[in-house]
Amino acid sequence: MWQFIKRTWAAIRRPSMHYSLGFLTMGGFVMGIIFWGGFNTAMELTNTEAFCTGCHEMRDNVYEELKPTIHYTNRSGVRATCPDCHVPHEWTSKIARKMQASKEVWAKVFGTINTREKFLAHRLSLAQNEWARFEANDSLECRNCHSEESMDITRQSTRAAEAHERFLFTGEKTCINCHKGIAHQLPDMGHASLITGDSSEQSLVDYLKTE
Amino acid sequence: MTRTYVFIAALITALTGAAIAQDSVATLRSGVPLDQHPAPPQIATVKDTDLRQVRNYPEQPPLIPHKIDGYQIDINANKCLQCHSRTAIEISQAPMVSITHFMNRDNQFLASVTPRRYFCTQCHVPQSDAADLVENTFVDIDKVLEYVAGTKAEDH
Repeated sequence: MWQFIKRTWAAIRRPSMHYSLGFLTMGGFVMGIIFWGGFNTAMELTNTEAFCTGCHEMRDNVYEELKPTIHYTNRSGVRATCPDCHVPHEWTSKIARKMQASKEVWAKVFGTINTREKFLAHRLSLAQNEWARFEANDSLECRNCHSEESMDITRQSTRAAEAHERFLFTGEKTCINCHKGIAHQLPDMGHASLITGDSSEQSLVDYLKTE
Repeated sequence: MTRTYVFIAALITALTGAAIAQDSVATLRSGVPLDQHPAPPQIATVKDTDLRQVRNYPEQPPLIPHKIDGYQIDINANKCLQCHSRTAIEISQAPMVSITHFMNRDNQFLASVTPRRYFCTQCHVPQSDAADLVENTFVDIDKVLEYVAGTKAEDH
């Protein structure tokens, strides 16, 4: 084994005997384009609605729930597909998210949520993962389309305008704090709260635990 | 002779019966036959004013003065309570769910909204600008009292 590594390293170090410098440079350049392009194309292929709904876990559960919501069909005909909300658009963050997603491939292989019952059992923790991600990146994926600079609150209803003025523009809260369950149904919230840290039942549970 | 009378009686019954059947059935299908689909009316716009509406009588469940499109109210979650629950109103400044909604049927107050009052839209509804399907002759009690007072004044 060690001999093999040594021989390979020697071959790499030695100047080329048969190919010209121009061929190697140009060849490397062309192959670079092909590999890089191929890699990016393959990754973009995993970033489509068709790819996400290729598995029944997504198609029969979360995709079905998306269909009646405004992010699927609406008056202006703009659709937010799965990756628009669940994958960052910026390249480095996208690669980071894709690497995290390798764990989801593991779950797919071992059928962690391959029945409706299993999906429902995991639903709260799955949703909480996403909520935590949105809170951590200041609802980046929402803001890819809905920026507060281009938000005209005079075109909103009074209560929406007031809420955005008080919480969004001051930076006190981020989109996901109030807008949970807009594209998919909410899981069994139980003691979890729709607004973070704001459940009378949760405080009761905490109190009972301290006793 | 009796035969003629019976015949005339039968004829009158048949004719009037047909006439009554023709225009006595009230329908919202606007005369379109049962085996055909009428053109659906335009979907009415929901009033989104955020202004509280007058109750037509004291016991009336307050109307929802805003859109509730896609609000989830089921065994898992209740979107209305995100703003209207006891603990949320400081943030939302929305009216709190009435205290009667915390009472079970034995008039005992529970810690949160009682299951029998959980499904908000069973009583509370938003309003739209749709035209009335049938005429409504409801008169506010204040109008009735004014009317009664007026007629009494006329009597004296």
